[in-house]
Amino acid sequence: MSQIPSQLVEQLPAVQLLLTLLAAPICSMFRNGDLSWRIATVASWASVACAFALLHQVWGGGSISYEMGGWPPPWGIEVVIDELTAIVLLLVTLFGALVMTALRKSLSSIMRHQRQSLYYTTFLLCMASLIGITITGDAFNVLVFLEISSLATYTLIARGRDRRALTAAFRYLIMGTIGATFILIAIGFMYMLTGTLNMADLSERLPEHYDNKVLHASFAFFTIGIALKVAMFPLHYWLPNAYTYSPKATTAFLAATATKVSLYVMIRFIFDVYGVEFAFGQMQLGTLLVPLSIAGILVASLTAVFQDDAKRLLAWSSVAQLGYMALGMALLNANGLTSAVTHMFNHAMMKAGLFLALATMIYRTQSSSLAALSGIGRTMPWTTGAFAILGIGLIGVPFTAGFVSKWYLVSGALDKDWLPVAILLIISSLMAIAYIGKMLDVMYFKPAPAEFADIKEGPKSMLIPCWIFALLTIYFGIDTRLTAGLAGRVASNLLGAS
Amino acid sequence: MIVGLFNYWIVIILMMAGLYIVMSSGHLVKKIIGLNVFQTSVFIFFISMGTVDGGTAPILKDGFTVFSNPLPHVLILTAIVVGVATTALGLAISVRVFEAYGTVEEDEITAIDRDNRKREISVSTVVTESAQKERDQ
Repeated sequence: MSQIPSQLVEQLPAVQLLLTLLAAPICSMFRNGDLSWRIATVASWASVACAFALLHQVWGGGSISYEMGGWPPPWGIEVVIDELTAIVLLLVTLFGALVMTALRKSLSSIMRHQRQSLYYTTFLLCMASLIGITITGDAFNVLVFLEISSLATYTLIARGRDRRALTAAFRYLIMGTIGATFILIAIGFMYMLTGTLNMADLSERLPEHYDNKVLHASFAFFTIGIALKVAMFPLHYWLPNAYTYSPKATTAFLAATATKVSLYVMIRFIFDVYGVEFAFGQMQLGTLLVPLSIAGILVASLTAVFQDDAKRLLAWSSVAQLGYMALGMALLNANGLTSAVTHMFNHAMMKAGLFLALATMIYRTQSSSLAALSGIGRTMPWTTGAFAILGIGLIGVPFTAGFVSKWYLVSGALDKDWLPVAILLIISSLMAIAYIGKMLDVMYFKPAPAEFADIKEGPKSMLIPCWIFALLTIYFGIDTRLTAGLAGRVASNLLGAS
Repeated sequence: MIVGLFNYWIVIILMMAGLYIVMSSGHLVKKIIGLNVFQTSVFIFFISMGTVDGGTAPILKDGFTVFSNPLPHVLILTAIVVGVATTALGLAISVRVFEAYGTVEEDEITAIDRDNRKREISVSTVVTESAQKERDQ
């Protein structure tokens, strides 16, 4: 009997992927939405347990290599899990599971009971493929999982109640497919040069081709393709509409995971596969990324200030926050990278919480316009309380998670003696105060519209996940071992590999 | 040069044509067609890359010595499946768009959305004004 656990531990990387991947078709077989929801929730929480176990194994700088199907790399597909992988894995599963738990009530108001099981199926598929992207060590595998996750995402978005969800999903489909095909071209070029698709193998073989034009083209295609997926300014065109019109709770999941995992792929390829020296030295990625991400931060924050729809406002804020992560990466020093990885986790947590709290409010008001949400602080005090904590976290007030990542980002800029950049970052934080403050002002101090004067507090199944997000935001603002501590080690690893 | 790299020239032409259709056409179905042409060009690129002149399929038997590389071909099988799924989903969404808007021309959809938005704003200002009045009383 004692052998079974140790065998199970060895197979954990495969179990991690299979849990959600197998639960998806099982869910689709039921017509009963509640039953599917139970299966999906159990599968996603089991997946969280798995992610914790894997994080525990690699904690402190370890790494696991698992041979899928017993084929040794570079011929077979390798699953590689190191600390960066484990934290992204935890992000996807934990926040996915929390949203899944809260999803049932919110979904029942927009969808017939029989259809819900299919929605959970798509949700699980999206989660499984995001896990797949994260753990795989094979370049082509990344692309396949990226496509699966995109297809699932388009479907999730198109289910929004507003018909504009359809056009938003279509627009994302076009942009996303172009992006993925660009990545396919990039991988093709790399394969032409090296004859391998294993990422570790690629990183060993690519340096001898650094002067080859084919590799330059490959890098260009990859950067544009993945930037489309990350929604990096100015390729963020699809994001605001997709977030605004997708079903309420789904936005929380997408905002937390989809763009973050794409960013993870970007970090993985640029630092581990192409190599820092090639990407930032020879190809001058920094000169492109730094001004664009700063412009993105400022333009998107400013646009967010002038939105009158809460979901759209938060969507624009997401574009700005992605700029912080890109800037952290482009700073190319320990503090900058630490901030990029920490903010990936923190922002996923805060934005998922914000969208979920908003979903709880919309569950009652049926509208996300700020006019409909006015005075909601009095009718739904608990939901608005969670929203306020998360919003303050997003601004970056001390003792919240947002402060930690911004602190590292500003230190990273100062390490480089880029004083103007640090000042611009602080200005962008002021803009965050403006747009979060605008929402809180409306929610707490404006009179409630007559038709929403006596709405009740949100259902407990949605309220509790909201508060978990809010409390986590405070927790990770104080105890940073899991986020910044791990990110620091990851950063020195990524930079040391050059 | 041109004859030797014939496949790659075709790839480039198809790729540019496909991307051009996606960007220039406002018709949702035509966009999907453009996307397909674009994806297919990349498929041809991969297939040409794996081909060895005079090579056969990889058959492990005496008398067959020159093989084409089967790996890119297998990769493209996967990519084709993904492409079909994307096309199906794109067309399905187009049908739903047609049901919801009565058109699949992007310009007309944008115009309809803009009109609706104007109406929404006027409604919401009425709502806030009435709330304001209530507070004043």
